[in-house]
Amino acid sequence: MAVVETRVLRKTFGDNAAVDGIDLRTEEGEYLVLLGPSGCGKTTLLRMIAGLERPTDGEVLIGDRVVNDLPPRARRIAMVFQSYALYPHKTVRANIAFPLVARGVDKDEQDKKIRWAAALLGIEHLLGQRPRQLSGGERQRVALARALVREPQVFLLDEPLSNLDAKLRALAREELKEFQRRVGTTTIYVTHDQVEAMGLGDRIAVLEKGRVQQIGTPWDIYHHPANTFVATFVGSPPMNLFERDQSLVGFRPEHLLPEEVVAEGDGRVPFKLHVERVEYLGSDRYVYGTIPELSSDKRVISRLPFTVTNPVDEDAVARFAVAESNLRFFDQQSGERIEPQPLKGLGA
Amino acid sequence: MTAANTGQTVAGEIEGRPRRYLLDREGLLGPLLLLPAVVYLLALVGFPLVMAILYSFTDITTGNPVLHFVGLDTFRDVLRDTVFRRSLRNTVVLTIVSQLLVVVLSTVLAFALRVDFRGKWFARFLILLPWTTPIAIGTIAWLWMLDSLFSPIDWVLGQVGLIQQGGHMYWLGKRDLAMASVIAVQAWRMLPLATVILLAGMSSIPQEIKEAAEIDGASFWRRLFHIELPLLLPITGVAVLFGLVFTFTDMTVVYVLTGGGPQNSTQVLASWAFYKGINGGSLGQGAAIAVFMFPVLAGFAALILRLANRAEVS
Amino acid sequence: MARTAGRQLGSRTAVYTVVGLFGLFASFPFLWAIVTMFKADPDLYTAGSNPFLYNKPPTLEHIRLLFQQTPYLTFVRNTVMIGVLVVLITLAFSLPAAYALARLTGHWGGRLGIAIFLVYLVPPTLLFIPLSRMVASMRLQDSIWSLVLVYPTFTIPLSTWLLSGFFKSIPRDIEEQAQVDGYSRLQAVTRTVLPLIVPGILTVVVFAFTLSMHEFIYALAFVASSDHMTISVGVPTNLVRGDVFFWQSLMASAVIVAVPVALAYNFFLDRFVQGFTMGAVKG
Repeated sequence: MAVVETRVLRKTFGDNAAVDGIDLRTEEGEYLVLLGPSGCGKTTLLRMIAGLERPTDGEVLIGDRVVNDLPPRARRIAMVFQSYALYPHKTVRANIAFPLVARGVDKDEQDKKIRWAAALLGIEHLLGQRPRQLSGGERQRVALARALVREPQVFLLDEPLSNLDAKLRALAREELKEFQRRVGTTTIYVTHDQVEAMGLGDRIAVLEKGRVQQIGTPWDIYHHPANTFVATFVGSPPMNLFERDQSLVGFRPEHLLPEEVVAEGDGRVPFKLHVERVEYLGSDRYVYGTIPELSSDKRVISRLPFTVTNPVDEDAVARFAVAESNLRFFDQQSGERIEPQPLKGLGA
Repeated sequence: MTAANTGQTVAGEIEGRPRRYLLDREGLLGPLLLLPAVVYLLALVGFPLVMAILYSFTDITTGNPVLHFVGLDTFRDVLRDTVFRRSLRNTVVLTIVSQLLVVVLSTVLAFALRVDFRGKWFARFLILLPWTTPIAIGTIAWLWMLDSLFSPIDWVLGQVGLIQQGGHMYWLGKRDLAMASVIAVQAWRMLPLATVILLAGMSSIPQEIKEAAEIDGASFWRRLFHIELPLLLPITGVAVLFGLVFTFTDMTVVYVLTGGGPQNSTQVLASWAFYKGINGGSLGQGAAIAVFMFPVLAGFAALILRLANRAEVS
Repeated sequence: MARTAGRQLGSRTAVYTVVGLFGLFASFPFLWAIVTMFKADPDLYTAGSNPFLYNKPPTLEHIRLLFQQTPYLTFVRNTVMIGVLVVLITLAFSLPAAYALARLTGHWGGRLGIAIFLVYLVPPTLLFIPLSRMVASMRLQDSIWSLVLVYPTFTIPLSTWLLSGFFKSIPRDIEEQAQVDGYSRLQAVTRTVLPLIVPGILTVVVFAFTLSMHEFIYALAFVASSDHMTISVGVPTNLVRGDVFFWQSLMASAVIVAVPVALAYNFFLDRFVQGFTMGAVKG
């Protein structure tokens, strides 16, 4: 088990900086998620840690040792690709054995390790089959067994759930978390899906344009976003943002509630919500409208859980409010988080 | 929580010593792997190409193999030769006419072959025969078929009444007929390749585009001319250019079928260069004749590059 | 309903007619060759008799003549030897080059790939004069080694293009996974990628072999004695005795060569096209 560190890591392709100076340090045994939209540099970062891309600048350290000049096979890492990269011409057993054969491990040791890994992932019954005969979930487990069998110091996973269909994904996510908890190896996981990130990560590093926007626990990321990018990227539906008095004010849809529901003592900030449409989605209601005192045309979303039963009519004005502690403020120019500002001129 | 106690750990310590991993450096490995092929091609294609151009400015012969530069004298001697002028003309005519035939015929054939029918494999086998056979062998078969005394074509024409029974066309003996025969054989051997390329191009047109056109109400012929043929243009262009290059520079058909005759009337640049250079020993002249092919070739190559860029496969 | 059926029937017969005509046009010289090779001399050389019928009984005499009294078998042996050697040399040069083009080069790789391919279009009729001098100066004239040396000039460009296409069709993931799993790049490729492109390699083998078998110009220019000739050159130039063409044997030799090659081609054609078009895809 080891710590992965990057120092001022940079990778440019021509004029384009895919990774633009990243400093990162994992904790031992943690599950770190690299989250960001496509093109943000997360996969490039992962590949540099793996040794599949050479950094243009900066250093990669594994276990406190600079590994820039080491090829993947010398770094004691294991990687699972988005496609799982199972060798199609080999059986499951041969796939799992592959890293062991590379190391020259003798036959008995191989058998022991294969059986151990297969048991851990519940795939003993699949050992004789070939990849094309397996389902998506089964392939993931084979890929994990193959990664496990090397007893690496770091696991690297590149969006391994994106090829599974939606129903399977939630189940597979749970299995992954369980797996990592049992094995306890430092894991770096790349995804663009923020639900996945929130569910899996001990810490999340949000990336955009090759830079780390924020790194923290899911709680930190969600409730104390460091800038407008993180605030709007994480959380669905995204945070409502408005320009106000030279700064940006934001509040999450689930914090915009009917006035009666928001306790007065919390510093309740009232809004007149001009309701356009109400969507009933079973467990939630989504209310779409505008708040003219904040912005004449910008759309506002409010999320009402089913426990809030107050009726809301379309094409009407409703009295809504946000607790002051749930307001977030950002600098209009840079998008960075700033101290709460007093809101002038908003009232019943 | 540690991993299972299974004895030795697999991965071991991280190895240092970057020296051992020299071959893993992508920047180094790529050029290294390309080097043998590139060196070989430079030595056996690039170098002779330059030499060919050089020879044409000398009067080198197999008898006197010295590189004696004579400026444009060799070119002048070559250009004065009536046979040369004839061969230049023949090359152009042969190439254009035969490839025109190929373009039209291969388009018809490719469209017909899109349909699945019984025995398609066998039909394809037959149609590919001209291309899969060595050129010289195929031409020999034609040589016999066009024989002045025993041609079966003559016999059939006689039976049908187009010529008198027992009469002879002298396909290879009369000047114009000989030229026509050469054109026919060139078209015959290039047809399969063009058809295959077109078929490949046709299958790459997405089905949705054709279906959208059908829904939009386009008839078969309209779809053909306004949708499919234009989309096929880049790949047709490549096929045509290939055919042009191979026909323009070929000497085998002429050499085997007519030997350049009758009386050098069917010589082409390539065959005349061969006769002069190898049989005649005038290497400088042979090279000069062949060099005339070069500008046209370079032009074709540039066109192919342009088309290849446009027909970038998605 | 009847109208579309009628139209269908009409277009079907059109297709059959077109294909039938082209099939006939394409194969007629060979059909004629097949008929000829069994014809007895008196039958063949009688003007006026129906050439398509066996007016005298067919005979295998000419085929026997071909194998026993002409250098044909020598030609075959030379052609096969040269073919095998050229294929081996081609693979040795093209496989690494193709891999490099498919995986290891970015920007300049595409250009280089096309440049290598364009070499295929440089005609032998332009190069054969200086090459004949080079061959002579290396004392390789009139030997099969001159051809073994020179034939890769056209097999390597085509094979490199095809093989790079086949390499590109295998996802990079698999190689990279093998590298992470503990192999060097070379080992990763030989253990995981090469087994997957075996059909592609076979295709290249077939096409390289047939290209070398078809070649005429260099063989004609560099080799003079019939002991060292290939089929392509030997049959048209050396299967004549005196001034007499022994047509039946000649046709037999043509047919014997044409059929197996055509069969092999047909088998591998689809893969050839696939590799050819994949060669153009960005790596």
